[in-house]
Amino acid sequence: MTTATAETTDLDILRDAGLDASGKGRILLLACGALAREILDLKAANGWDHLDLHCLPAILHNTPEKITPSVREAVTARRADYDRVYVLYGDCGTGGALAASCAEMGVEMLEGPHCYSFFEGNAAFAARDEMTAFYLTDFLVRQFDAFVWEPLGLDRHPELRDIYFAHYETLVYQAQTDDPALTETARDCAKRLGLRFERRFTGYGDLARSLEAWSALATEDRKS
Amino acid sequence: MSEQEDDLILSDLPDEELVPQMHDDLYDGLKEEIEEGVNILLKRGWEPYKVLTEALVAGMTIVGRDFRDGILFVPEVLLAANAMKGGMAILKPLLAETGAPRMGKMVIGTVKGDIHDIGKNLVSMMMEGAGFEVVDLGINNAVESYLEAIEREQPDILGMSALLTTTMPYMKVVIDTLKEQGIRDDYIVLVGGAPLNEEFGRAIGADAYCRDAAVAVDTAKELVARRHNQRAAS
Repeated sequence: MTTATAETTDLDILRDAGLDASGKGRILLLACGALAREILDLKAANGWDHLDLHCLPAILHNTPEKITPSVREAVTARRADYDRVYVLYGDCGTGGALAASCAEMGVEMLEGPHCYSFFEGNAAFAARDEMTAFYLTDFLVRQFDAFVWEPLGLDRHPELRDIYFAHYETLVYQAQTDDPALTETARDCAKRLGLRFERRFTGYGDLARSLEAWSALATEDRKS
Repeated sequence: MSEQEDDLILSDLPDEELVPQMHDDLYDGLKEEIEEGVNILLKRGWEPYKVLTEALVAGMTIVGRDFRDGILFVPEVLLAANAMKGGMAILKPLLAETGAPRMGKMVIGTVKGDIHDIGKNLVSMMMEGAGFEVVDLGINNAVESYLEAIEREQPDILGMSALLTTTMPYMKVVIDTLKEQGIRDDYIVLVGGAPLNEEFGRAIGADAYCRDAAVAVDTAKELVARRHNQRAAS
C-alpha cells in the first residue's frame, strides 16, 4: 500500500496508509496519521531534523482495539534503527491498553486521553469537564465524512443522526491553525449534526510541549 | 429489492413464512413492517410473549450474531433496534397484562460524565426482550443516583455503561461505595462499554464484563439463576 511522504502529506493516504519514516534522524516519532501535518509543521518550524516521523493510518481510530497491536508491531519493527522511540497517541479509546503496552516496551507516549485533550492542554481540557461537546480538530474537519459521517452511516441513514447525537449540544472546533475556509467547513459540520458551533484556537498545545522536551532531551543525550 | 418483494403482503403469509420474513425485516431495520407483523400475529391469536420471543428476540439475536462477526455494523444494528422498539411498544402493555415470565429486575445507566447511551439502550431492550424488568436511569449517573435506584427498586442486577476511557473508572467508585455500605453482594454488577474488557471488569470488582447486548442477556440469566440456586441451597 502506498504511504505518504513528508513532501506529500495527502490526507486520504494519511487516513488509510499512514506515512513512512524517512530514515533520517536518531529519534523516531511513531504517531497517528491524524497528527502528521502538525508534527511535520513543528519539525520544520523548529529545525528538528534529528526527529524522524512514522505514522500509522489515522483510520485506526475507528477501530481502537487495533491501535495497540499496530503500535506494538511498528515499535518492534523499527526501534533497532533509532536511539529512542516516542509514541504520539493519547489513550485513544484503548482503555489503558496502549499505555500498558508502551510501558512494557519501555517507550514513552503522549499524556492524555486523546488529541482533543492534548491540543488544548491536558489540564485545561480536564478542567472544562465538557460532557456535551463533540470535538473536531483541523484534521477531522478536513476528514469529517470519512471519520464521522460515513462510519456512522449518516450518508445512508440520516435519520440516525438524532440517535447518535441526542445528548450532544455543541460542536467545538479546536483549531490548530487560522484558516477561515476550514472554520466555515467546521461550521457546516456542526449544522449537519444539528449542533451549536464554537471555534476554539488551541494551536498545538501539549503536543508541541512534549516534542520540545523530547527534542531537548535528545540534544542533551548527544552532548553527554 | 425486487418488485416482487416490494409487493409482499405480510398478512397473506402463513405464520411459518411470516416469522422468518419478520426476522428479515428486523435485519433490514424496517420498523413499519415489524409493527405490522406484530399486529398480524396478535390478531391471529399469538400470545404477546410468543410474538416477542419468536419474532422479535429471535430476529434480533441474528442481528447481534452478525454484529459480533463483523457482518453488520453499528448503523445497521441501530436501525434493527429501532424496528424492534416499534414492535416492543405494541407488546409491552400486553405483556404486563398477560403475565409473561419474569427473569429478574435490572437497574441500568451510563456513569457520571458519560452521555453515550446507544449500547446501554440496546442492552435495556434486549434484557426486556429476555423477560427482565429494566429500570433505565438514563445518562450521567452519579453514585447517589445508582444507590437511590437500587434502594427503591431492589433489583437483582445493577448495570453500568461507559464509552469513554475517562469515565469508565467511575464504575469502581460505585462498586467501592456499595462495598463500603456493605451491600455489594446484594446485587449482581454487570459492566459494559467499548473501552472496557474482562480484565477491567475483574479489577474494579464487577461480577462480569459484557461485550455486547447478547452477552449481557446470557450473563444476566446465568448469574441470576446461580444466585437463586445458592439462595435455595442456603
